[in-house]
Amino acid sequence: MKTVYPDSKGRYGQFGGKFVPETIMFALEDLERGFLEAINDEDFKKDLEHELTHYSGRPTPLTYAGKLTERLGGAGIYLKREDLNHTGAHKINNAIGQALLAKRMGKKKIIAETGAGQHGVAAATAAARYGLECKVYMGEEDIRRQELNVFRMKLLGAEVIPVTSGTRTLKDATNEAIRQWVSAVEDTFYLIGSAVGPHPYPKIVKEFQSVIGFEAKAQYKEMHGGKLPDKVVACVGGGSNAIGIFAGFVNEDVKLVGVEAGGKGILTGLHAATMANGREGVIHGSLTYLLQSEEGQIQEPYSISAGLDYPGVGPEHAYLKFTKRVDYQCITDEEALEALNILCLEEGILCALESAHAVAQAIKEAKAMSPDENLIICLSGRGDKDVHTLFEQQKEEDSHDQ
Amino acid sequence: MTNRMKEFQNLKTPLFVPFITAGDPSLEATVDLALALQNEGASALELGIPYSDPLADGPVIQRASLRALKNGMSLEKAIKLVSDMREKGLTIPVIIFTYYNLLLQLGEQKFFELAAQHDIDGLLVPDMPFEESKELHEACLQHDLSFISLAAPTTSRERLKEIGRTAQGFLYCISSLGVTGTRTSFANDLDRFLENAKASSHVPVLVGFGLSSREQMQQFEGKCDGFIMGSAIVKKIEELGPELVNEETKDKAIAAFSDFLSKVVPVKKVYS
Repeated sequence: MKTVYPDSKGRYGQFGGKFVPETIMFALEDLERGFLEAINDEDFKKDLEHELTHYSGRPTPLTYAGKLTERLGGAGIYLKREDLNHTGAHKINNAIGQALLAKRMGKKKIIAETGAGQHGVAAATAAARYGLECKVYMGEEDIRRQELNVFRMKLLGAEVIPVTSGTRTLKDATNEAIRQWVSAVEDTFYLIGSAVGPHPYPKIVKEFQSVIGFEAKAQYKEMHGGKLPDKVVACVGGGSNAIGIFAGFVNEDVKLVGVEAGGKGILTGLHAATMANGREGVIHGSLTYLLQSEEGQIQEPYSISAGLDYPGVGPEHAYLKFTKRVDYQCITDEEALEALNILCLEEGILCALESAHAVAQAIKEAKAMSPDENLIICLSGRGDKDVHTLFEQQKEEDSHDQ
Repeated sequence: MTNRMKEFQNLKTPLFVPFITAGDPSLEATVDLALALQNEGASALELGIPYSDPLADGPVIQRASLRALKNGMSLEKAIKLVSDMREKGLTIPVIIFTYYNLLLQLGEQKFFELAAQHDIDGLLVPDMPFEESKELHEACLQHDLSFISLAAPTTSRERLKEIGRTAQGFLYCISSLGVTGTRTSFANDLDRFLENAKASSHVPVLVGFGLSSREQMQQFEGKCDGFIMGSAIVKKIEELGPELVNEETKDKAIAAFSDFLSKVVPVKKVYS
């Protein structure tokens, strides 16, 4: 059942493709050529592996969550600890990979988009490490909400450029990054943050994130005499951590669950549940599921977690949903917050709000499974960045209680 | 191809194709502006459909899109607006300029039905490069619509040959890298790009992106068959917006718009 995609046009079934202005077509072709050369080059692979090991701290552990497992009484729960990466999330895997690729292709400048700032920080980090000039496009609204990450990026030597178009959030920052890439396409590398965008980006990001899945698989097999887990659960915004961990298991007999942000509940309209509630459409150069009006205007998503707050989803996820290979579920803000608290108390791990969506779904799944079975959660990032949000949330709850 | 488009292709050069955003500053004003453009020598009209995420457009057209969306403009409404233009005497070809998602959501079949009912002549989808557009290109041919292709200074010789070979209506050559908007300098090696474009194309070759004055267009005289002007016109409309929607000042605003056009249009077309 080995799957061969994307095809030569960058299609995953009907999804994906290159819906971009003609001006950047040559850059996408150039990028694809550069990427294919790099991943077949032993020196590049060695450099990447070296950086992942000695700079980012890979391999990340696969932690058995014993107390959580016991509390639920169902399947055994394992955590793939992407939160222990340098900069605190899986984002750095991709940033290192693409920055090394940019360097190999002779580019001196990178541009990146960011929503909450996590990818911006990862890109700025990699740029500093590999001597590249870095500009990060960020919606004005997000800049206001994520002051500290903006400061972090500046500390790392990046220039943060406010985006004032559209709704001034991630989707607009991505539009602006693409627009700027169009005008500087000859010497600039666009370092995209998730498994989205025109071909070959979804393929590149998957390649650099698949280390999560292949590591987890090897670690799990080693612990269990060569057996595979029964299920793998990961959160999905654009979908890069999920596509990375799924890469290790998609061709195996392992159930896969992707978890989208249900926000305040699908019925309220305040959510980022692209696959539960979106229709096929084009965003950022890719045909995928999309939150949009009947006429096709793109809608602003909502989630308590900024990293899941994207109106589209990577085209490979759209395909995995379409073919029913992956089961996609939604978790509300409230459920995610509860799961975050449980993981803190049971395992002493403060995970990112994004990852908490996967934890919440895994709690439901584990309860319905037998104690002979096991599942892996992709713990995509740590929660330090969310402490402020959690603090505000707590204050709000306390005031309601009084 | 429609008869209007055939006539367009035989007009004396330089051709002049302006772009306006449908619904900016209002539906009614869009009709008046289209007619003013024709009177001042437009050879065809590019009618832009407002989109929430216009990837190929700079700030001027982004703002126009937002205003038009607030006025409730949509692809379907814009197409229907063309019938109003025709009733008031618009005879030049109208090319619908829309991002692909809007077309996808309306449905291609529905689009072709509406296009036939409302006298549309061409379609331009800025986020649909050559590789993605083969089927739509074919479908346009079957429905007598010209699918307008774009070529950029970064387009390879091989691609340019293919794009030129299959071009319909006219070939839209992007004069500079980047998004739409007025600018002072153009891509290096533009002359060679235009030479190659002309050599590979059997339809008129028009230059667009960043043009805002007659002097700029004169740089290209003889190297292409005409010009497309968007942001400079949309910017003028933005300035005149409040007056254009006010019944009392409308005529004056249209006169000011025509005056502006008379200074930028390359050559005033003579109607037979």
